[in-house]
Amino acid sequence: MDQAIKTTPRIGDRPRPRKNYLNETRGFKSWAFTLDHKRIGIMYLIGVLFSFLLGGIFALLVRLTLLSPTHKIFGQVLLTAEQYNRVFTLHGAIMVFLFIIPAIPASLGNFVLPLMLGAKDVAFPRLNLFSFYLWLTGALMALTAMVFGAVDTGWTFYTPYSTTTDGPVTLMTAAVFVLGFSSIFTGLNFIATVHKLRAPGMGWFDLPLFIWGIYSTAVIQVLATPVLGITLVLLMLERSFGIGIFDPRIGGDPVLFQHFFWFYSHPAVYIMILPGMAIISELIPTFSQKTIFGYRAIAYSSVSLALVSFIVWGHHMFVAGQSQLATVVFSALTFLVAIPSGVKVFNWLGTMYQGNIKLDTPMLYAMSFLVLFAIGGLTGIFLGTLATDVHLTDTYFVVAHFHYVMMGSTVTAFIGGLHYWWPKMTGRMYSEKWGRVGCLLWNVGFNMTFLTQFFLGSKGMPRRYYNYLDQFQPLHAFSTVGSWIIGLGLFITAAYLLASLRKPADAPDNPWNGTTLEWQTSSPPITHNFEEQPVLEREPYDYRPVVAAR
Amino acid sequence: MSTQTQTATTHGANAHAKHEHGGTALYTKILIALLILTAITVFAAGFDFGQGNVVIALVIATIKASLVGLFFMHLVWDKPVNAVIAMAGFLFLGIFIMFCLLDFNTRNNFIPQNMTPTLVPLAPGTAPAGNVIRTNPAAGQAEGGEKK
Amino acid sequence: MSTTSVDLHAHGHEAEHAHDPHHQHHFTTMEQQFDTSKIGMWLFLVTEVLLFGGLFVGFGMMQARYPREFVEAHTHLVRWQGALNTVVLLISSYTMVLAVNAAKKGIKSKQVLFLALTIVCACIFLVVKYFEYSHKFEEGWLPAKYYSYKGDSLPACMEKSAGPEAAAAAPTTPPAPCTNGYATFFSFYFMMTGLHGIHILVGIIILTWVLIRANRGEFSSSYYTPVDLVGLYWHLVDMIWIYLFPLYYLIQ
Ligand SMILES: [Cu+2]
Repeated sequence: MDQAIKTTPRIGDRPRPRKNYLNETRGFKSWAFTLDHKRIGIMYLIGVLFSFLLGGIFALLVRLTLLSPTHKIFGQVLLTAEQYNRVFTLHGAIMVFLFIIPAIPASLGNFVLPLMLGAKDVAFPRLNLFSFYLWLTGALMALTAMVFGAVDTGWTFYTPYSTTTDGPVTLMTAAVFVLGFSSIFTGLNFIATVHKLRAPGMGWFDLPLFIWGIYSTAVIQVLATPVLGITLVLLMLERSFGIGIFDPRIGGDPVLFQHFFWFYSHPAVYIMILPGMAIISELIPTFSQKTIFGYRAIAYSSVSLALVSFIVWGHHMFVAGQSQLATVVFSALTFLVAIPSGVKVFNWLGTMYQGNIKLDTPMLYAMSFLVLFAIGGLTGIFLGTLATDVHLTDTYFVVAHFHYVMMGSTVTAFIGGLHYWWPKMTGRMYSEKWGRVGCLLWNVGFNMTFLTQFFLGSKGMPRRYYNYLDQFQPLHAFSTVGSWIIGLGLFITAAYLLASLRKPADAPDNPWNGTTLEWQTSSPPITHNFEEQPVLEREPYDYRPVVAAR
Repeated sequence: MSTQTQTATTHGANAHAKHEHGGTALYTKILIALLILTAITVFAAGFDFGQGNVVIALVIATIKASLVGLFFMHLVWDKPVNAVIAMAGFLFLGIFIMFCLLDFNTRNNFIPQNMTPTLVPLAPGTAPAGNVIRTNPAAGQAEGGEKK
Repeated sequence: MSTTSVDLHAHGHEAEHAHDPHHQHHFTTMEQQFDTSKIGMWLFLVTEVLLFGGLFVGFGMMQARYPREFVEAHTHLVRWQGALNTVVLLISSYTMVLAVNAAKKGIKSKQVLFLALTIVCACIFLVVKYFEYSHKFEEGWLPAKYYSYKGDSLPACMEKSAGPEAAAAAPTTPPAPCTNGYATFFSFYFMMTGLHGIHILVGIIILTWVLIRANRGEFSSSYYTPVDLVGLYWHLVDMIWIYLFPLYYLIQ
């Protein structure tokens, strides 16, 4: 069996072309004005990883401050309460708007989506570049706001605090506004690409599931993000002129701000998680070498998650002064989310069942995802339930829950996907041994940091608080040590990935025996992606060896 | 989601672009219909139907918008995917409005209705004018009247 | 979103499909390229609908909060001016669709004529808006904290008459009932008509650009994407006004 797979023509041992998208043109301008989706994807990847580093440093600072209730490290107060508020706001805002939202679609998605479709580029290459520069502008604006004192509102910018507090709130919200439009244009581009640029012979149900996930994400990006844009505009106007919509002091309604904000920000959670699920749907069949179980179920569950995400936002406002009827309705609707999520998890497990599982680094991350997502998803049910949520609202339980979903799931999938496509993007294989070490540290550190916080939260530790009772110290300290292990794991991961770039290109075209079209071009791909227009002949995830006519 | 033709359409499909639809006569009729509907809206606003006025105005506006969308924006003749996209925009806007109204119409006014406007007692000169809490009796009465 | 001449030099293998200079290399056919642009434009319009939609929701909620003030404030808007602008925009939509029609048939003179008429209508709209706005500026019907009209039946809370000293002087006397509803109405009026006006302005700029290209004879039955897409944008701007007009000028 193993032998048969190795002899399929999909692992082409073609000679590596001398020119590829990385070395065809050189110089700063060839990157700054490139219209090539692969280069734009790489630029996004660099930007997004830099944001991850920055957000991560702030996270470590937050955890370090909470190491002891006196906030003293070596006799020095690390952060004052005001600084602490700014640092956790920066952590949240950077991680959400600069990192997770663009992480998978704009970097890996940009690189892989046209390749998977067998297209030469995305539908609107210029818009793609424009979207990157919007992201860059937004990022620079956010950094400027950081230099000028930073905001202390939390990433949610709740009114009336955000309309009255000092600090460059207007600049920060303007930055997020610009970032929002970057996200919209990426989504718009992907939808048009999937509709019109599929390879000959590729129908909707021949699409790799990664595309289904990214497509569903793009739908949310286009439909939800404009509302964030107008919310932020209204917030800026309220802050500068007092138009009287959100600030109760001048007759506004702060709960209305939360409606506006969460109409975007709950679907935004799916902008973050759906691409993660999309990657997992690629990793699991490839490393099980088995046809995906329930292709259509997974495809439909992606789309239905996207749609359901629009009718549950009120679960963030159970104790915010929303009407009782609305809380009950939103709580009931929230449970709908569990259905497509469950469908996905069971189909992935079904795919692995009796598969020929290879525990390479990407698969290790995929399996970590399954565990971490299960914990994150199931604790979400606690929070969606009205009665328990009233107790758990704004405690560390919420913090732990969304870190399991955002970080434990999305970031795990992102790192897994990065390893999976690393040979395709760079033409280099990384050190498998160190890959496993990194994955192990990630898992240990993550669970130490955040499993602890479920206990903290259910005992009543409120989120975002600077001070805490002495009795919480052991748990806080344990969580902080976990954050160091995460940091170490990520440091090792970054080190061996970067080290792989120093050696000459050694990756085969199809190192994992994948069946999707991106593995049929060279590693790294040539500038126009394929030497000739690929035509889809087999369904995706058909790992049966091709009986060659030899 | 839609039954799109494959990407590699042959050149023969180009015929669709040249296919005659619309035409000045039809567009003129649509314009006249739009102008008449505008006149009806203005006319209807002169009567007092209570809540009905807003409903009538929005229904007529929606008919007008549909005419513009279907004929001026070619949705009747276009590939269905464009109509689906357009509908999605309005559908999700509808969801947004619906849930906000659900909350708003069933909410106790977050300033208690029976609360009389009061001043927070201040020590002289300690706090800015912004700290003076003022309720909004006008709004409270109007909403309270509808509710109970 | 459409091609420009830069593309002609951008890629070398032009010979393969030299039949149309507007053809971008990653599309197989011109029809595929046209359909893709159109999907892209519709998606963009959806984002516009939701962007304005947020303001409509805010307006609706604030109207539910201040029904009395909103009805009173709306009487300050001049109904015939709104109606006139509605008619002007409807006519501009009509000329726009005729321009697209002419472009599709490749009739240059009609394209130029109808595009020019559309621009004229857009300018008339802005002139009427200018008179509306300047009247409101004179009367003090301004947004947010700049609202200074004195003739409302309820006094505005925005007046900072009661400073800390006044409050300290009479801490037991409740202030007279007051409202922010009027200022909020005009905040929304200026935000929504202002954002719409910006869209008209942007529309004029793009229309002018398309007019210049049409005058050069760039559009024919095989390539008229820019005219078509600008048309879609323009109709959407019209559509938004179709809702703005009754909500602002006709509410009871
Ligand atoms: Cu949520």
